[in-house]
Amino acid sequence: MHTTEPIVTGASVLGIQCVDGVVLGCDTLASYGSLARFQRVRRIVQPGADWVLGGGGEYSDLQEVARLLETMVTREYCQEDGVVRAPRAVHRYLARVMYQRRSRLDPLFNSLVLAGRGRFLGVVDMYGTAFESHVVATGFGSLLALPLLRKAWRPDMRMEEGAACVEHCLRVLFYRDCRALSSVQLARVPAEGAIEVSEPYELGELQWHVAQTVA
Amino acid sequence: MLRNQYDTDITTFSPQGRIHQIEYASEAVKQGSAVVGARSGTHAVLACVKRSVSDLASHQRKIFELDTHVGVAVSGIIADARVLSKFMRNECLQHRFAYESAVPVGRLVRHVADYCQRCTQRASKRPFGVGLLVAGVDELGPHLFETCPSGDEYELWAMALGARSQSAKTYLERHLEEVKQAKRDELIRLALAALRETFAAVRDAELTEHNCMVAVVGIEEPFRVYEDAQVAGFLEAIRPAPEPEGGSATGAPSASEERMEDTS
Repeated sequence: MHTTEPIVTGASVLGIQCVDGVVLGCDTLASYGSLARFQRVRRIVQPGADWVLGGGGEYSDLQEVARLLETMVTREYCQEDGVVRAPRAVHRYLARVMYQRRSRLDPLFNSLVLAGRGRFLGVVDMYGTAFESHVVATGFGSLLALPLLRKAWRPDMRMEEGAACVEHCLRVLFYRDCRALSSVQLARVPAEGAIEVSEPYELGELQWHVAQTVA
Repeated sequence: MLRNQYDTDITTFSPQGRIHQIEYASEAVKQGSAVVGARSGTHAVLACVKRSVSDLASHQRKIFELDTHVGVAVSGIIADARVLSKFMRNECLQHRFAYESAVPVGRLVRHVADYCQRCTQRASKRPFGVGLLVAGVDELGPHLFETCPSGDEYELWAMALGARSQSAKTYLERHLEEVKQAKRDELIRLALAALRETFAAVRDAELTEHNCMVAVVGIEEPFRVYEDAQVAGFLEAIRPAPEPEGGSATGAPSASEERMEDTS
C-alpha cells in the first residue's frame, strides 16, 4: 500500500550558511492533520559525525530516511578503512533515494535539509530535486522565512548571528503558520569541530497583542 | 598433466590444506609480461611491458584507465582482466551516480577482490587468472594495491607482477626508501628502472617506447596513460649507466614472502 497523503507531519526546516559553519533549525511538532498531536518530537537527526539532517513532511517517512542513513553509516564504519562519506555525497545519495522512490510512485513525503562540515547546506525534496544554497527553507518556511533569511544573510555572517536569525524566523513561523510550534531545536554545524544539536527549548517572550491588527 | 587427484575442481582441498586450482591460477599471473607499480607520498605510477604476438601484430595493452582517479595494470590472462576492468569501471560509475564522488580506491579494490573470491568457492566457476596492480588517489592520498586470483588484496609501496618480476621486485626492495620519498618524475624513473631489470637476462631485448607503457596518477593530477612516443622522454631518463647490481638478479627464486606491505 503506497502512501497517498501524509498523515503525521512536521512543518518547516530552516538553514543558513555562515563563515564559520552552518545553522539548522526547526520546531518539534508532529501534527496529526490540524491537531498539534506530538509536541516534543525531534526532527533533526545526526546519524554521522560530519552532518545532520532536518526533515519536514510525513514523520514516519522521516524515520525511514533516518534509518537508511544510519544503515549507511554503520556499513561504512564496518569497512574499517577510515574513509567517511562527505556531506555532499550523502546529499546526492538522498537525492537518488528520493528520486527512485518517486519513480516507483511510492514517494517518501519529506522535504529534507542536510547540513554538514565544510559549510555544506543542501535541500532534497520528495521528488528528488536537490540543490545547495546559502539559505534554505522548506514547507511554509519557503514562503515566510526565506525572504527574511535572504535579507539577513551576509557573506561574513557568524554562527551566533545565523542562529539568532533562524530563531527569529522560527518565531515568525510560529506566529503565522498554524502547523508550527514555539518549541524548537537548533543544530550548529561548525566548519571544524563537533556538531552541536540543541535539546528542544521554548521561544521566550511571545507577543500576541499584534494579532488583532492582522487580518 | 594431472598433478594429483585433488586438483580437478576448485572446491576440494588437498590433504595438505591447499586448493590447487587457485595455485594454478596464480601461475597464470606469472606467465604474463611484467608490470610494475610504485607509489610515493604524492603519486602512484604503473609501468608495463607490452607483448606482441608477432612483428605483424600490435602490442597488447596492459594498463587500463578506470576513472579519472584510478587505473589498473594487469598480468595474466588479459581476457579475464578485461572482465575485471569492466566490473571496476562499473563500480566507479555507480559510485559517481549514487554519491557524486570518486570511489575510494581501497573500497574499489576490496570490491573486486570479493568478486574474485566468489569464483574460488563455487564448483561451477573458475578463478580469474589475472593479478591486478591498482593505482589511484582518494581523500587519504595515493594508493597502490595488488589483487590475486585467490581474492587476496594487499596495499603496497611497490610491487611487480609477471614474467621475471622477481628482479624488478629486488630492485624496488633496494630502492624502497627512494620510492617513498620520490617526486613524480623520480617515481616514474624508478618504476621504469625496475621494469628494465626484467630484461636483464633476456638477450636482444630492451625496453623501448614501443613495448612499454606508463601511467601516472597523483594528488591533483588525474590518471593518465603514456605510450609510444610519449614514453620516450621517460626512457631517456633511465638510459645512462645501467646500475651494476642489475645483472646479478637474473634467477627468479619464488620468495613470495618478500612483499613490501604498507604499514602506514
